[in-house]
Amino acid sequence: MAEAAQMKVSDEVAITIQNMNKWYGTFHVLRDIDLTVYRGERIVICGPSGSGKSTLIRCINALEEHQAGSIEVDGTLLSSDLKNIDKIRSEVGMCFQHFNLFPHLTILENCTLAPIWVRKIPKKEAEETAMHFLEKVKIPDQAGKYPGQLSGGQQQRVAIARSLCMRPRIMLFDEPTSALDPEMIKEVLDTMIELAEEGMTMLCVTHEMGFARQVANRVIFMDAGQIVEQNEPEAFFNNPQSDRTKLFLSQILGH
Amino acid sequence: MTDTNVSFVRHEQIPPSPPPPSQSGAIKWARENLFSNWINSVLTVLALYFIIRLVMGATPWFINGVWDADSIRECRDILTAAGKETGACFAVLVDRWDHLLFGFKYPQDAYWRPTLAFILLIAAAMPALFYMYVPRKFLLGTAAYPFLAYWLIWGGSLWVPIVVAAAIIATGLVFRLVESLNVSTRTLLAGAVGILAAIGLAYLLFLGAQELRFIAGSIGSEGLRIIPFLLFWAASIFTYVFFIPMGIFVGYAIYDDAERGGLVTVVTALLAIYVMLVYLLGPVSSGLNAVIPLELQAVPSRDMGGYMLSLILGTVCVSLSIPLGILLALGRQSNMPLIKGVCVVFIEFIRGVPLITLLFVANVMLAYFMPPQSNFDLILRVIIMITMFSSAYIAEVIRGGLAALPKGQYEAADSLGLNYTQATRLIILPQALKISIPGIVNVAVGLFKDTTLVSVISMFDIVGMIRGPIQQSTDWISIYWEVYLFAALVFFIVCYGISQYSQWLERQLATDHR
Repeated sequence: MAEAAQMKVSDEVAITIQNMNKWYGTFHVLRDIDLTVYRGERIVICGPSGSGKSTLIRCINALEEHQAGSIEVDGTLLSSDLKNIDKIRSEVGMCFQHFNLFPHLTILENCTLAPIWVRKIPKKEAEETAMHFLEKVKIPDQAGKYPGQLSGGQQQRVAIARSLCMRPRIMLFDEPTSALDPEMIKEVLDTMIELAEEGMTMLCVTHEMGFARQVANRVIFMDAGQIVEQNEPEAFFNNPQSDRTKLFLSQILGH
Repeated sequence: MTDTNVSFVRHEQIPPSPPPPSQSGAIKWARENLFSNWINSVLTVLALYFIIRLVMGATPWFINGVWDADSIRECRDILTAAGKETGACFAVLVDRWDHLLFGFKYPQDAYWRPTLAFILLIAAAMPALFYMYVPRKFLLGTAAYPFLAYWLIWGGSLWVPIVVAAAIIATGLVFRLVESLNVSTRTLLAGAVGILAAIGLAYLLFLGAQELRFIAGSIGSEGLRIIPFLLFWAASIFTYVFFIPMGIFVGYAIYDDAERGGLVTVVTALLAIYVMLVYLLGPVSSGLNAVIPLELQAVPSRDMGGYMLSLILGTVCVSLSIPLGILLALGRQSNMPLIKGVCVVFIEFIRGVPLITLLFVANVMLAYFMPPQSNFDLILRVIIMITMFSSAYIAEVIRGGLAALPKGQYEAADSLGLNYTQATRLIILPQALKISIPGIVNVAVGLFKDTTLVSVISMFDIVGMIRGPIQQSTDWISIYWEVYLFAALVFFIVCYGISQYSQWLERQLATDHR
C-alpha cells in the first residue's frame, strides 16, 4: 500500500514548534525541539522509552506545559491563556495508550459528549455524527454498550471515533497499540491507515514499524529529549545516518 | 501405551455440564460455613446456645408487655396481678407517643403540620433518589419542598418562604444577566460593584474590630486575663488599620477580573440576594400578607422536639453537607493556593475538633460573640455546626474518590476541549461520587445518629425527651429499656433504609463491568 505514503502533502503549515524546551523539575526532558508539520503529513515518532516522544506530542495539545520556545497549532499560539488552550484542544484529537474512555457513559454518549458541550451541537445531530464515525471504525452495533463490555481493540477504535466526532484537523496518537493483544493491533492500525488515506494530519508515537513504512511520510527518531534523525521512511529504515538510530533499529528489527 | 503421537486436533466443543450434587444445596452450605473444622463446629454450637438463651430470655419480656397503663407503678401492679415475673412497660410509648415524636412543647393542634411535612418529604425525595426513573421536571417539586416544609413546621406567614424563594430565583436571573453582558458594560458594572464591595467589606471589618474591642472590654484586664485582653485589642487595631486597604484590594480585584467576569458575576449575585433578603424580605412579605393573609400559628425553634427534631437536623444537614463537601474536596485539589489553603485549614480544623465542642460553641459561645441584640435561631446555629462538621468528613471521602480516578480521565476530558466546569461535572464527579457512595453513606448515617448529641445542649430531640421530660417525670421515673429500644428502633429503620438505598444505587451505577 505504497499509495498512502505517496499521498500529497500540502504546503500549508499545521504545527510549528520552535526551539521548545521542557523540564520536569530540574530534569531536562525536551531540548531545543524544532518541528514543522504540514497539513496532510503522517509523522511517526519513535525512540527508546524515556526519550520524550510522548511528552512532545502531549505538549502540542497542552496536556504538558512547555517552559521555553513556542508552539503554534493551526495558527493559534499556545500560551497560558485558557481560551487558546481550549481552542487548540477542540481542533486537535488525541488517542491514548490506555484509551481513556469514560466508563460511566455508553459508547454513544462517549462520542457525543464533547460535540454537545464544547461545539454546542444539538443532541440529535451529534448522535448522527457519532453513528457515522462508529460505522467508520466498524462498531456501530456496540453504541449502547459501556466501554467495560468491549475488547481492547474495540475500545481503542471507539476512542478514535470519539476524537473524530469533534471533526479535528490534526490527530495525535500516543502509543495507541501498546496496550493491545496482537490480534487487536491490526484492527486499530487498519482504522488509522484509513484515516491517513483520507488526508488527516497525524502524529503517531508508535513502535509499529510496519505501520511506519506503510503510512508515514516522515519518521522522527528521538533520544534523550532531542530529535536525533528524521527522514522519509524508506531512507530512515534502509539507510539510517546516526549511530544511535542504527543501534535502535537493529534492536527493534533484530528478531 | 504404544501410541506416542503427540499431535491432536479437537473437532467438537465439550458441552457444559452441571456440577456434581455434593457441590450445591443447604448441606454443602452448612458444611462449608458452620462445620468446616472442629473449632468452627464448637463455635457454631456455642453461638446457637447463646442465641437460644437470648431469645428465651427476651421473648417473655416482650410477650408480657403492658400496653395500657398511666405510670410505671400501675404497669408493675398489672404485671404482679397477672403473676408475671418479667414484662415490658410499653405503655410509656403509648402514653408519651406525641412527646417522643414532636417534643413536649409543640402545639398539639398543629401535629398535622410536621406529619404532612414528613409525608411530603418522602414524596419530594423520590425524584432526587430515583432520578433515573422519575422525569426531571419533578425535581422542581423537590426544590420547592424546603420552603413549604419550613412554613408547615415553623408556621408564620407563607409569604416569607415564597419571597425567599423568589429572591433566590431572582439572584439566578441576575447571575445569568451579568454573564451575558458585553465586556464594556461588564467592566462598568465591575467598577460599581467593586466600589460597593470595597465599602461593604471595610464596613464589615470595621464592625468586626468593634466586636473584638467589645470582647476585650468585657474580659477585663485583671490578672491572667491581660493576655487575651491584649490579644483582642491587638486584633482590633489590626482590623482597623487594614480594613481600608483590604476593601480597596478586593474592589480592585473585582474590577480587574471584569474581562473574564467570574468574580463580578458571583459578587453581583451575592449583593443582589443580600439586598433582597435584608431590605425587601420583611416589607414585601408583610405587605403581601396584609393583602392576602396566609398564616399558620408560629412555633418558635425552642418548641421543636422529639424525633421530628432529629429528622429535621438529619435531613437538612445531610442535604447541605454533601454539596459543601464536594466543593471543599474540589477546592482542596485546586491549583489556586488561596482556595486550597482555605479548604485545607477548614477541613483539618473541623476534623480535629469533637462535634460536641462545636455544639457547645453553637449554643453558648456564638451567642457571646454576637452583638447582644442579635437573635440567631438556635436550630439554625446547630444546623450550621453539624453541617460544617460532616462536610469536612464528606470532603475527605470525596477526595478519596477523586484520587482513585485514573489521570487518563482528566487528560481525556482535557484533550476533548472540555473546560474545568464541564470536565468536573460530566466526567470527574459522576465517577468520583460513585466510588465515594459507601463513604458518604457512612458519614451520613453517622451524622444522623450524631444529631442525638444536641440533647446535651438542652435541646429535646428524641434522646433529650427520654432523658429529660420522660425519665424525670413522676409517672415514668427510671424507665430505660422500653424507651431506648424505641429510640434505637426508629433510628435503625432510617439508617437501614439509607444503607439499602445506597447499595441499590451502587448496583444501578455499576457500568464498568470489572
